[in-house]
Amino acid sequence: MSALRILVPVKRVIDYAVKPRVNKAQTGVETAGVKHSMNPFDELSVEESVRIREKKRAPGGVEDICAVSAGPAKAADVLRTAMAMGADRAVHVELAEGEEMEPLAVAKLLRKLVEQQGSNLVLLGKQSIDDDAAQTGPMLAGLLGWPQATQACRIEFGDDDAVTVTKEVDGGVETVRARLPMVVTTDLRLNEPRYASLPNIMKAKKKKLERMSLHDLGLTNERRLKVLKVTEPPPRQGGGKVDDVDGLISRLKELGAL
Amino acid sequence: MLSTIHRTSKQLLSLSCRRSPALRAPTSSSFLSTLALLEQRDGQLNPGSLSALTAAKSLGGRVHGFVAGRSVSSAAEEASKVDGVEQVIVVEEEIYEKGLPECYARMLVDNIKTGNYTHVVASHTAFGKGILPRVAAMLDSQQISDVTSIQDEKTFLRPIYAGNAIATVESSDAIKIITVRGTSFPSATPNAGCAAITKGTTCAKADSMSKWMSEDLANSDRPDLAAASKVVSGGRGLKSKDEFNRLITPLADALGAAIGASRAAVDSGYADNSLQIGQTGKVVAPRLYLAVGISGAIQHLAGMKDSKVIASINKDAEAPIFQVADVGLVGDLFQKVPELTDKLNYR
Repeated sequence: MSALRILVPVKRVIDYAVKPRVNKAQTGVETAGVKHSMNPFDELSVEESVRIREKKRAPGGVEDICAVSAGPAKAADVLRTAMAMGADRAVHVELAEGEEMEPLAVAKLLRKLVEQQGSNLVLLGKQSIDDDAAQTGPMLAGLLGWPQATQACRIEFGDDDAVTVTKEVDGGVETVRARLPMVVTTDLRLNEPRYASLPNIMKAKKKKLERMSLHDLGLTNERRLKVLKVTEPPPRQGGGKVDDVDGLISRLKELGAL
Repeated sequence: MLSTIHRTSKQLLSLSCRRSPALRAPTSSSFLSTLALLEQRDGQLNPGSLSALTAAKSLGGRVHGFVAGRSVSSAAEEASKVDGVEQVIVVEEEIYEKGLPECYARMLVDNIKTGNYTHVVASHTAFGKGILPRVAAMLDSQQISDVTSIQDEKTFLRPIYAGNAIATVESSDAIKIITVRGTSFPSATPNAGCAAITKGTTCAKADSMSKWMSEDLANSDRPDLAAASKVVSGGRGLKSKDEFNRLITPLADALGAAIGASRAAVDSGYADNSLQIGQTGKVVAPRLYLAVGISGAIQHLAGMKDSKVIASINKDAEAPIFQVADVGLVGDLFQKVPELTDKLNYR
């Protein structure tokens, strides 16, 4: 079995616990001064890569875990986090502050990096919690012509480069098998990501973080969608409380829900 | 058995339909042509995927349905009865039965090119999410995911940040690939329509890089969570799997409701993953959503705040769920739920 060279794309997003606010100009959400962190699904990808190595789950071993992020200068922080969790090195594709990439452009970038880094397994989160698009993984697999398994809750490795993935689907789980090279996207139940320990955070500062631009890779940030506006969803008004079960039933009847 | 199926499909293929004049008349959007990707399992159409047809119709222009699998004639026939659908394209081959994205996407791309479609629509389900982005990348198109409203043929509304903001986006792609939120576009009901059923293009090299091994689906007589008109959902407040089953199941039975759960309940093992409602689980919009022992974190609200009526039972009067609930009952769910179940049963 080939040794694994895992590419782990990570995205810096507004922290999941923060309630985002639409900006006054209605062009997006307010990001200045808002806490950001690694997209939660990407933490699962990093954790899984590290566990594959630690638990020696792949017969051919893990040769390399490379975290990659496209984003502004601060995206380096999430790459340091990934390295503190156990990634060997990182690649930062620098974008201007406020510049964003659409999933198709990210998939094209990742295709380039896969070729450059000689990766044979790409582990992505199933979606980012800002854009909620859930596209990059399958798009990358389509561009590379590689097999894909989305929403993984279990990944196993066998002989002959076989990868068996249990996926979360509507109503249950489904198991598929393919061969490396492969693209897998992670779902919540895959694992529980570790916290980076202080010594590991210190060590991560010494790990290699390579910087490049889209231009270096011969790419441009091509945009196909124009965001015309971003608005708050219509607010929902709470309807008040009732005193007892009878009150609940009669109110539900009034509202036509029973 | 097999021969019967083949005969049926042949009969269906030869079925000649009288099209309504409205469909033939040139309209301003007559250049617009949409392919709606429909899901099937063992020859049964997934009723939720009919929302793709509703969305397709709202784009204006020509609407074709598409279904592929081992034996899909009855699914195709059902789709052909939806008013306004002009044609249903079928690809009947074993290899497409499980919707493995590698071979399915390639075959779908061929059919999109053959049919010169300007739009391709699917439901934002596990099936749609697996296949459509792959198709979009192969066609060099930036997909628009989880669309909740169609403004015109190139302008779409979609929730971002777990539904905390709504983005209006305009696509400049020649072929627009979109997935739609099922609860925003009601399922089209098969009626008196009479679309032609035609054979689609199948790949010359129909192999697959991945292999389907097995599945484990929750068997249930309950309404499907994503399509149910009533949902009873339990959270961490239920304290254990036994209590979850003991309290939530009879209440759901009394209401004829589907059962859902918060992520906290799923993570604690009280309920199956497939029942999870929220940003990372299912998005539901039933007529009644009854949240029991759920505090109402934003990730959960993202999955249910479009419900028509939200009711909540929680012992914490300050729980955020009460800010969105139309009816709130502050109290111990271990007392209130059995009482509610009894009173509903004796209505």
